[in-house]
Amino acid sequence: MINALSRYTILFTLTLLVLAVLSFALIYLFPGDPLTNLTGLVPQNDIQREALIRQFKLDQSYPIQFYHYLQQLFLGNWGYSFISGQPLREEIGIAMPATFELSTYAMVMALLIGVPVGCYAGLKSYTVSDYAINTASIFSYSFPVFWLALIFIMLFSLEAGIAPLSGRISLLFEIPNVTGFILIDILLAKNINHGLALIDAARHLVLPTMAIGLISTAAMIRITRRSVIDVMNSPFITAARSRGLSNRQIFMRHILRNALLAILPLMAIQVTTLITNAMIVETLFSWPGIGNWLINAINQRDYPALRIGVLAVSTMVITLTVLIDILNRLIDPSREKFERGTI
Amino acid sequence: MSPVRTFFPVLFSVVAAIVISGCTQSNQDAFYRSGIIYCSESNPINFNPQLDTSGTTSDASSHQIYGRLLDFNPDTGRIEASLASSWMVSDNGLSYEFQLRKGVAFHTTDYFSPTRTFNADDVIFSIDRWRLPSHPYHNVSGGRYAYFESLGIADNIQEVTRINSYRVRITLINRDSSFLANLATDFSVILSEEYAKQLMEKGIPERIDHYPIGTGPFKFQSYRKDHYIRYKRHEDFWRDVPLSERLIYDITPKSSLRLAKLITGECDAIAFPGQTEVEVIRQRDQLELAEKPGLNIGFWAFNTQKKPFDNPDVRRALAFAIDKNTLLEAVYFDSAVRAKTLLPTASWAHQRDADDTAYNPVLARKLLNDAGVPEGFRMTIWAMPVERAYNPNAAKMAELMQRYLADVGIRAEIVTYDWTTFRRHLREGLHDSVLIGWSADSGDPDNFYRPLLSCGAIPSGTNRAMWCNRKYDQLINAALKTEDIEQRKQIYQQVNSLLYEQLPLVPLAHAFRYQAHNASLSGMTINPYGGINFSGVEKKL
Repeated sequence: MINALSRYTILFTLTLLVLAVLSFALIYLFPGDPLTNLTGLVPQNDIQREALIRQFKLDQSYPIQFYHYLQQLFLGNWGYSFISGQPLREEIGIAMPATFELSTYAMVMALLIGVPVGCYAGLKSYTVSDYAINTASIFSYSFPVFWLALIFIMLFSLEAGIAPLSGRISLLFEIPNVTGFILIDILLAKNINHGLALIDAARHLVLPTMAIGLISTAAMIRITRRSVIDVMNSPFITAARSRGLSNRQIFMRHILRNALLAILPLMAIQVTTLITNAMIVETLFSWPGIGNWLINAINQRDYPALRIGVLAVSTMVITLTVLIDILNRLIDPSREKFERGTI
Repeated sequence: MSPVRTFFPVLFSVVAAIVISGCTQSNQDAFYRSGIIYCSESNPINFNPQLDTSGTTSDASSHQIYGRLLDFNPDTGRIEASLASSWMVSDNGLSYEFQLRKGVAFHTTDYFSPTRTFNADDVIFSIDRWRLPSHPYHNVSGGRYAYFESLGIADNIQEVTRINSYRVRITLINRDSSFLANLATDFSVILSEEYAKQLMEKGIPERIDHYPIGTGPFKFQSYRKDHYIRYKRHEDFWRDVPLSERLIYDITPKSSLRLAKLITGECDAIAFPGQTEVEVIRQRDQLELAEKPGLNIGFWAFNTQKKPFDNPDVRRALAFAIDKNTLLEAVYFDSAVRAKTLLPTASWAHQRDADDTAYNPVLARKLLNDAGVPEGFRMTIWAMPVERAYNPNAAKMAELMQRYLADVGIRAEIVTYDWTTFRRHLREGLHDSVLIGWSADSGDPDNFYRPLLSCGAIPSGTNRAMWCNRKYDQLINAALKTEDIEQRKQIYQQVNSLLYEQLPLVPLAHAFRYQAHNASLSGMTINPYGGINFSGVEKKL
């Protein structure tokens, strides 16, 4: 286990280092003044410029600059947005949890619906209900997520008027940003009607969560179904059956556990897709998350924001992937012997 | 599986809270009725319209946060009393005395508590800030006062004197018949002198433009770029009008998204519905569309400081090369009238029989040949990236013009940037030609002629043609020397023929102004003289 953990640590650090080098290179690769690309500040005169260059060590050699850059990254001095003039760490600190929240609910939806339905389809494999579920899941898996989101907006927001189409909550509510998760922030907020605010937030959540969740659910159904079928065909199920265990016992004790074990690593892959989908969907629903924020940064050519934004998103994805992988190993130590750390 | 374990409790508590709280329909209605949400089109640059001529900035501040000495009556266009309860003009037209209203309270907010009400010091401070380069606040936040610079008002004021706490005299150097109108525009707002003093002592003077204090119906609460601006009702507003408890600007740059939000009820009112969207709004019963002929002009300006656009014949040739009527149909969808001069029909000085260029590509090519502009000549058309009433779709218009110009052998390239950068580069004069326009701030013709084409308006960045003509400046100055409307009209006719001869810009259209809102809002009117105004607007569900 220690071996594996150290392998992961090295891999993780190295990947982050490469990313940091890349984002550092962007300072020089982006058009315009490297000083502005790095800090997001536009010096007003030569004296100020000199001072900033000295402060950010831009007059030194590249390795020293990079070392200083890393230091600043760790200290949380990520520079300022070129357009809004706000500290980037603050902006990302607001945008990132919003995306994370959306992905989490979609994931919860995928698990709550995908796993039971997938199990059912697997147990009833090659029957009519299995074919029906399978067809439906392949059908919904093949929707491009942005198209699905647009269809939802058209049907549920514009035509039926059931759900709102933008933002996290009506702006009439003033919810201070504490955790970045809107539902938790509502519960923490004072002087508001919590029930009303929660209903409002839930109505805002429904469509984007459905849009992302539907695709993840479809994937989850297929993964679970496959895994259940595989487990059902293994010899220990036959053995259990011959010992006279009931179907229910077989399913709870043997099939479910073993099937879920196989699902976990596949979930790691799903997380990346999920976050990507969330980033796409949030631009359509004006969800104030990191994807929306990055698109704005691209549109406005906000280079400092782009540089840090890309670094932050990739760091988040890598961290999640590694964490889930480590979790896999904790649950299923048998894998340790055969596999190397992967990302 | 960790996310599941963490978020089950959350999900559970959410559901539980919803069930427990059992909110009734009536308090829900009361809550949603308490605030107005307005979907605005862009981010304001700051909260002081003295510093910026863009409509976005003045929409977000002039009529919400601030008050002015005088106001325009939205129906008649006449000047009426506001923070000045009465005024007197001396016989020679050089001295104006204002009696100030007593007991007008400034906003009390988290960041400022006023100890006194509005008085003469505030008026003097507000005017001196843009007027005197030596004023301690003059250079705060950039020190450019585009509107006042473009009109040259600062240089024309000799002094602003305090007679007593509630009486102020402004003395002019030259007669200016549009002076009062200028004091009633969105830009002539009254700031708090007491607040300014406090900030100066703390060493943070620039906060005055970002955490504003005024006497207007709403006080500033918070602003998050690209997201929202929040205001609260000013309880001690001096006018007795109904005010909504809260006012929120939901910043939504996409026009189609604004319309969608209006339909779903996420916005109560929206800025600048697109011309194509007007029909959709008309068809819906729960939405209302207000429409007025606007005091605006959309035009195509040439950078007259660049070759070959310094040659009036080249400009004339290019004007002949485009078919204005087609542009009007394709871009404005019958919601605009063809412009012959700078002045729209709603202005009293509008000249109906003014000369206008006609579509004539053959003549255009001939003029270009005579001026030595070869076939295949390249130029840029800058198309502004935002929708404005005066030009709802500059990019589309630019594409059409590209086609027309290709017919006369000119290869036009379309250039666009985000709005802030766009205007900065325009001021630097990097363009060959630009599609842009102007919304007037008062009904006075000087409000069109001076900012758009006078020499003084080049540095302030409103003269997009970068055109400077002595005779033109003399004429528009002469027009201000007289109060006689007939005489002024005649002078403006001379100005029109001079412009037709020189053609520093091609007037294209005067667009109608639209404003759409939910039928539950009562009291929404279009103010033809400037920005949107939410005082007196109420929401009834």
